[in-house]
Amino acid sequence: MDHSVSIRDLSLSFGNVRVLEHLNLDIGQGEFIVLLGPSGCGKSTLLNCIAGLLDVTGGQIFISGKNVTWEEPKDRGIGMVFQSYALYPQMTVERNLSFGLRVAGMDKKEIDQRVKRASEILQIEPLLKRKPAALSGGQRQRVAIGRALVRDVDVFLFDEPLSNLDAKLRSDLRVEIKRLHQRLKNTMIYVTHDQIEALTLADRIAIMKNGVIQQLADPHTIYNRPTNLYVAGFIGSPSMNFLEGDLIGGDQPTIRLESGTTIPVGGYEFETKPKSGSTKAVLGIRPEHILVGEAAASMPYQEDVVIEIVEPMGSDTLAYTTVGGVSVSARADSELDLKAGQKLRVGFDPGRGSIFDVETTNRL
Amino acid sequence: MSNPAQLSTNVALDAVDNKGMRLEGNHGPRPKPFFTPKRIVLYSILFVACLYYLFPLYVMVVTSFKTMPEIRFGNIFAPPIEFTGEPWVKAWTSACTGLTCNGLNPGFWNSVKILIPSVLLSTVVAAVNGYGLVNWKFKGSEIFFSILIFGSFIPYQVMIYPLVMITRELGIYGSIWAVILVHTIFGMPILTLLFRNYFASLPVELFKAARVDGAGFWRIFFEIMLPMSLPIIVVALILQVTGIWNDFLFGVVFAGTQNYPMTVQLNNIVNSAQGSPEYNVNMAATILTGLVPLIIYFISGRLFVRGIAAGAVKG
Repeated sequence: MDHSVSIRDLSLSFGNVRVLEHLNLDIGQGEFIVLLGPSGCGKSTLLNCIAGLLDVTGGQIFISGKNVTWEEPKDRGIGMVFQSYALYPQMTVERNLSFGLRVAGMDKKEIDQRVKRASEILQIEPLLKRKPAALSGGQRQRVAIGRALVRDVDVFLFDEPLSNLDAKLRSDLRVEIKRLHQRLKNTMIYVTHDQIEALTLADRIAIMKNGVIQQLADPHTIYNRPTNLYVAGFIGSPSMNFLEGDLIGGDQPTIRLESGTTIPVGGYEFETKPKSGSTKAVLGIRPEHILVGEAAASMPYQEDVVIEIVEPMGSDTLAYTTVGGVSVSARADSELDLKAGQKLRVGFDPGRGSIFDVETTNRL
Repeated sequence: MSNPAQLSTNVALDAVDNKGMRLEGNHGPRPKPFFTPKRIVLYSILFVACLYYLFPLYVMVVTSFKTMPEIRFGNIFAPPIEFTGEPWVKAWTSACTGLTCNGLNPGFWNSVKILIPSVLLSTVVAAVNGYGLVNWKFKGSEIFFSILIFGSFIPYQVMIYPLVMITRELGIYGSIWAVILVHTIFGMPILTLLFRNYFASLPVELFKAARVDGAGFWRIFFEIMLPMSLPIIVVALILQVTGIWNDFLFGVVFAGTQNYPMTVQLNNIVNSAQGSPEYNVNMAATILTGLVPLIIYFISGRLFVRGIAAGAVKG
């Protein structure tokens, strides 16, 4: 078995509330998996189950091929990093790092060696004699990572480790975690509600909602080929534009919007060829796939519109307008110098979008 | 006693007010006279309240240093003309408590012998209870806690007879151990509540981190939780020290004549039927008995308030 972590049919309920239901997940050796979802979706609960901090109601958990469903956290070969750092306030950094090793009864020399190595990797050697209260947020989180590092575990579990940090530090530490992963090549499971973290760090992302994994795929697939409406709307900022209408199948399938506008979707790769009749469907187009001005000329669908609102974002500009009777946002080059009230042509290629069935919300 | 604290709070509030004003209207800080009507009323009330509580103490102290003839003369508010320490010595060493005349001295040591084990035992057990109830929830732990809390509403009197029987069956009735056991039992509800609330206010992630690090029940308790609970331990100690020191009922029922605590012996001195009442000795004895809780409050007042506040958050 070459899976690092395997979750089989996992269920968990608190009283009558079912948090996780029949959840399956296989994580490869050295893979970086991000569990992404809004708060209350069960992602942290799942992580706690893997760590052994919650007793599961049903199912099994395997780590490195061993069934650890009922093992103590310490016997699972996992290390965990928490959002609030969870450093022991009365101990120095050094003692924080070595606590787990001292509990395990390791000899002093080995402990010192491991603490030294971990603090080198994380560049926290000058802090070893300090107490956590005398550290900044970023330093505290490094120590917390170090605590998992010294124990030489197979699997790292991160529970929203960057959520308490400010934006600048967050992106710094994000890069550092990625570097750490490339260096150590451990399996890492990372819980977050921040899609940027998910997209930048993950080998694969598991998007969760109501205790169910909606889609498990690499960031590129998640972003470009979302499996259902929920994933499509959750990933991406600003979120995907949704144009709802009737999908009319046939040799040249089109979507007719409520306003009567028809959009040819012949270039779209359907998962299954649409039936010849008409079905309620939603066409999703990312803001950056709606081209503005001259660039729109080569697009299969074009329309002349009036720009309503302009939001300059620095590197690019968000333009809000109406296409086919629906409000949409388009990401345009900031060089275009758009102005509200400006009339110009926009266009997009439906082939780059996603089409979902309205009833099942699944990708067509 | 609480005046300095009050003052500093006021000052802090004023500072906040000023800041708010500056933000709103760009005013400079408005100069405030020290004697505003509000303050005059406030301090008058505080002053009267202080007098009300301190005056009896004053009378006691003054009386305890007077000779008996001077006391019979009247003028209970006047300071002693002929200053004497004799009543204090007598109260401590030779006042009659029932049949023996050794003063409060043996009673003091009895109280100490009851106090120290009772306080330590009840605090430690309650701390473990609170920790278990918060971090190692078991099936029915909430119900267990509710029953425990309910226990604090049952009047002591109802429990005394059953407890007498229990301690008799255990063979410790009429000994110091019976009093210690009873104090530990009756301290449990309130102390457990204190510790539970305090531990519940600590981030649960610390506990999780320690478990991932491989620490078990006792190691987490001693190495992680206890070092963080100094404020609440101080509160528990103060509550128990004063409560147990001031106890009369359990001492008189369970301790047996040899082990009567100070409060019981004080009562025996004051209520002794023989001879005319020696007010000066009574006063000295009363002050001596009250001295321990008084000192505790003086030393730890500030810590106490902080700890109570820490234990109050999160129910």
